[in-house]
Amino acid sequence: MRTLPVGDHALLVEVSSGEEAQALHAELVRRRAEGSLSVGEIVPAARTVLLDGLADPARLAAELAAAEVPPAPPRAREAVELRVRYGGPDLADVAAHWGVPPREVARIHAGTEFTVAFCGFAPGFGYLTGLPARYDVPRRATPRTAVPAGSVALAGPYTGVYPRSSPGGWQLIGTTDAVLWDHARVPAALLSPGTRVRFVEAP
Amino acid sequence: MSDRALFVVRAGALTTVQDRGRPGHAHLGVPRSGALDGPAAALANRLVGNRPEAAVLETTLNGCALRPRSTVTVAVTGAPCPVAVDGRPASWAAPVHVPAGALLTVGAAVSGVRSYVAVSGGVTVEPVLGSRSTDLLSGLGPPPLTDGAILPLGSPAPLPTRVDTAPQPAPPGELLVRVVLGPRNDWFTPEAVRDFTTRAFRVSSASNRIGLRTEGPALERRLKGELPSEGMVLGAVQVPPDGRPVVFLADHPTTGGYPVIGVVREPDLPAAAQAVPGTPVRFLAVRRR
Repeated sequence: MRTLPVGDHALLVEVSSGEEAQALHAELVRRRAEGSLSVGEIVPAARTVLLDGLADPARLAAELAAAEVPPAPPRAREAVELRVRYGGPDLADVAAHWGVPPREVARIHAGTEFTVAFCGFAPGFGYLTGLPARYDVPRRATPRTAVPAGSVALAGPYTGVYPRSSPGGWQLIGTTDAVLWDHARVPAALLSPGTRVRFVEAP
Repeated sequence: MSDRALFVVRAGALTTVQDRGRPGHAHLGVPRSGALDGPAAALANRLVGNRPEAAVLETTLNGCALRPRSTVTVAVTGAPCPVAVDGRPASWAAPVHVPAGALLTVGAAVSGVRSYVAVSGGVTVEPVLGSRSTDLLSGLGPPPLTDGAILPLGSPAPLPTRVDTAPQPAPPGELLVRVVLGPRNDWFTPEAVRDFTTRAFRVSSASNRIGLRTEGPALERRLKGELPSEGMVLGAVQVPPDGRPVVFLADHPTTGGYPVIGVVREPDLPAAAQAVPGTPVRFLAVRRR
């Protein structure tokens, strides 16, 4: 674990994998809940966890420097199920990248258990991991100016679902009717870091 | 519709509702948002007797015109500008009495970018995640004002007996911002880090509530690889592939994949938000507190 100071009140903790970042994030959230960590924001990302709004970042940095990356937390919570109609415009390209027939993309994707590694890009947009590394796909060479809300998409090691229509460069493999973000709902975000997710193929 | 409302006669170039924003949701991809010149917004609220969390209007360069349906007290702070009630000049940065149905004109900024208009009772549009701020990156909160819009107002508190007349800082002719280097200054060549902290940049006209964009020397990277997305803080100076530093303001994305060469101290951000395009900018490296 490497800690990098960020400005006067934040700390970026860098680890060596996405799994470690998820485990560290879960541990830091647990420590905040039990009252042993006072922090404004805990923002996990691909290989890091950002702690913003710290009174004494140097002290926490010293403490974390001596600590081990915690083990992955137990997977206690139920998975969120998202019903998907597979068949987006990039499904054939993804199948070609994967080296499988197009029909197999749905079976592999829906047969995988995902975890929300982190959120970003838009409120409620989760970066979901779970697919083996051999299924990584590049972004589209030319991003689309409008990707419809509910699009299920792949880029790099991640799966994501667009909470609302927006520009995007991810490969589209299906659509869901699930409402990813509704600020009138509690919680507003269907997916948050650590949430387990399963995609279920809609008939 | 209640009498406690504000009719928007002229929305101006970009006028938004702002309060202290919605920090605490960055892990869901929700920007903090909120008034870019927080001290000016807070002063406007104090002048009309509002609580500090009351929502105000943030104008951009050319002001706005409003007609309250009931008698209100308003205060205009931030970028200095002419203020008038039914065409008669009124004070800037002071409580102004606006009778029901009168026209409040907030003129174009004489200097600076953003003026703040507090109205007694505050603007009480429906909050989203605890804030009424318009977030232009993610679209949360009320849309920017449009001509003919009607904004609800809250119940006014009694006016303060002692009015705060602390002078406001003038919008900067030259912007000097203190910056703490890192976390990714090692992604740049030593010459780039030296250029960043010694040479003059200029505020770009592409600046907005998301970031203060700059023009000037391009900062060259030492590491050419792709940085995995990581969490971003307010004031982070991100350097995109064109090498021109961008200072993240209130509507900044919560994660990003371009390296952050340094972080501007928060007290220096209000002045950055008031710097008009073309203003010279210098980044002064300071030690971490």
